[in-house]
Amino acid sequence: MAAQQPLVIVGASYAGTQLAASARELGFDAPIVMIGDEGHAPYQRPPLSKGLLTGKTTADKLALRGPDFFEQNGIDLRLGLRATAIDAGARTVTLDDGGGMAYGWLALATGARCRPLPVPGAEVEGVFNLRTLDDALRVADALSRSTRACVIGGGFIGLEVASALRAKGMEVSVIESQPRLLARAFPPHMSAYIEAAHRRRGVGLVSGRGVRMLHQVQGRVDAVELDDGTRIPCDMVVLGVGVLPNTGLAEAAGIATENGILVDALGRTSNPRVLAAGDVANMLAPRVPGAPARMRLESIQAANDGARAAASVLVGREQPFSGVPWFWSDQYELKFQMAGLPLAGDQTVLRGDMETDRFTLFYLRDGALVGAHSVNRPAEHMQCRKLIAAGARVAPAQIADESFDLRSVKALA
Amino acid sequence: MTTIHYILKDGSTRSVEAKPGASVMETAIHHNVRGIDAECGGCCSCATCHVYVDDAFIDRLPPPDDMERELLDGVASERLPGSRLSCQLTVTAEFEGLTVRIPGSQS
Repeated sequence: MAAQQPLVIVGASYAGTQLAASARELGFDAPIVMIGDEGHAPYQRPPLSKGLLTGKTTADKLALRGPDFFEQNGIDLRLGLRATAIDAGARTVTLDDGGGMAYGWLALATGARCRPLPVPGAEVEGVFNLRTLDDALRVADALSRSTRACVIGGGFIGLEVASALRAKGMEVSVIESQPRLLARAFPPHMSAYIEAAHRRRGVGLVSGRGVRMLHQVQGRVDAVELDDGTRIPCDMVVLGVGVLPNTGLAEAAGIATENGILVDALGRTSNPRVLAAGDVANMLAPRVPGAPARMRLESIQAANDGARAAASVLVGREQPFSGVPWFWSDQYELKFQMAGLPLAGDQTVLRGDMETDRFTLFYLRDGALVGAHSVNRPAEHMQCRKLIAAGARVAPAQIADESFDLRSVKALA
Repeated sequence: MTTIHYILKDGSTRSVEAKPGASVMETAIHHNVRGIDAECGGCCSCATCHVYVDDAFIDRLPPPDDMERELLDGVASERLPGSRLSCQLTVTAEFEGLTVRIPGSQS
C-alpha cells in the first residue's frame, strides 16, 4: 500500500511548493508533507535583492501562495524543521526535532546555499549573505546605518544589490574576480555594456581582482583589501559569490550527485522513489533546444517546470521538462530578460542600439536561434522564447534589421 | 474592500474581496484563484498573469504602459482587446465589480 504513504517534500521554496501544487492539480491523492527549514511560509525570492532593499515592497507581500492554500490542498506544511537523514531502503526521513516519517515518495527540493568567501574577516559584523528572507531583512536593516557598501561578486545578485543600494543613495563598489562582469553568461560586448551601465550610475567597479581579507574595527567591517593590496573602505559588505547545491542529504543516502542531484528530464534520481527539482537538480535536458546534455539552472522557471515534470511522475502521466530556460534581472531601469542557453562560440547578432538601453542580442548556432538577451525589449524576449522552442532558423541580416518583423519567422521554423 | 470577479477556465466565477493597493494578480494569489501563474512575482517580466478584462471595464482602467503593452505581445493565449497583465492592475475603488476572465493557458 505504498500509494497511501505520504509524499514527503524536503524544501519549501519554489520547487517544493510547485511540486505539491502540481501533484494536487494532477489528482495525486496521498498525503503530502512539506518540510521547510526556514520559519517563513514559502515566499518570493526575486524582491529580496531588489524591492525589499529599496523599500518598494515589504515582507508581508511576498507570500508565494495564499494563507489557506496549503490546508485547502491537504498539504501539511511544517516549517522550522530540517531533514537530517534519509534511509532510502526503509523509505524514511529523519528530522532534526528527533522525529521521523515514512514516505511513499520523497522529493528533494533542498535548493542551494551561499558559497562562503574563504578569506580572513569574512565572519565579522556587517558582512552579509543574501539568499533568504531573513538575510534580506538583515541587509535592509543595515542600510539605515551604512553609507558605503562593498558588493563582492559581480553576478546577477551582486549587480541587483548594487542597483538597489545606489537607489538608496549609498556609495557602492562592486568587486569581481573575473576580468569582466558576467563572463560566463555574456560575450565581451555585453559585459562592457553592463559595466558601463553601472559605472554611469556611480558604482565603483573593480574587475579581475580577488579579495585578500576583510578589515574590521571593533568587530565591524571597515574595509575590503584586494589581492593587490588596495583597500576599499566600507561599512557593510554583501557577498554574491555564487551558490552551492544542497546535496548532502542525497549523497549520504547513496543517491547519485554531481554538481547537484542527478535527475532525468522527469526529475527522477538514481533512486526510484526519490525525485528532485529546483536549484539542487542537475537535469538531463534532451528536449531543451540548444541546451547541453545536463544543466543545473538556478531560476524560478526551471524550479517550477522541473517540479511540474516531477509531479507528473507521481500520477504516472509523465511530462518531461521541455521549456526554453529563461530568467530576468532588474537593475536600475534596465530590464534584462534572457532566453535559452547560449555558449561562448555562438554567433551573436545585435538588434537595436546598446546606447539607447533597448536592444536584444541574439545567439545563433549552426544557423538556429539558441539564445537571446534583451534589455528593455520584453516583446522580443517573448518572441525569442517561442522561436528558440521551435528551433527556428533566421538570417543574421534579418535579425539586425529592425524593420524586419520577427513574428514572420515562425513560418520558417 | 473591492469585489473582483474571476471567471475561471471551467466557466465558474470566484468573487473575492480585494485590498486597495494590491494588484489584481496579488489578490488572485492571496485567494488561491487558479490559472494566474505570475511566475515573476509581479515585476512585469513574464506575461503569465494574463487576464481578459470585461468589455465594460476596459476603458475604466488606467491604460497599459509601454512595458506591459510589449509583454502582451507575447502572451501564451490569444491577445484580445481586453488583454491585460493582472500584476499591473492596482486595485482602487474604481475597480468595484471588475470582472476578469482567465485565459486557457499562461505558458
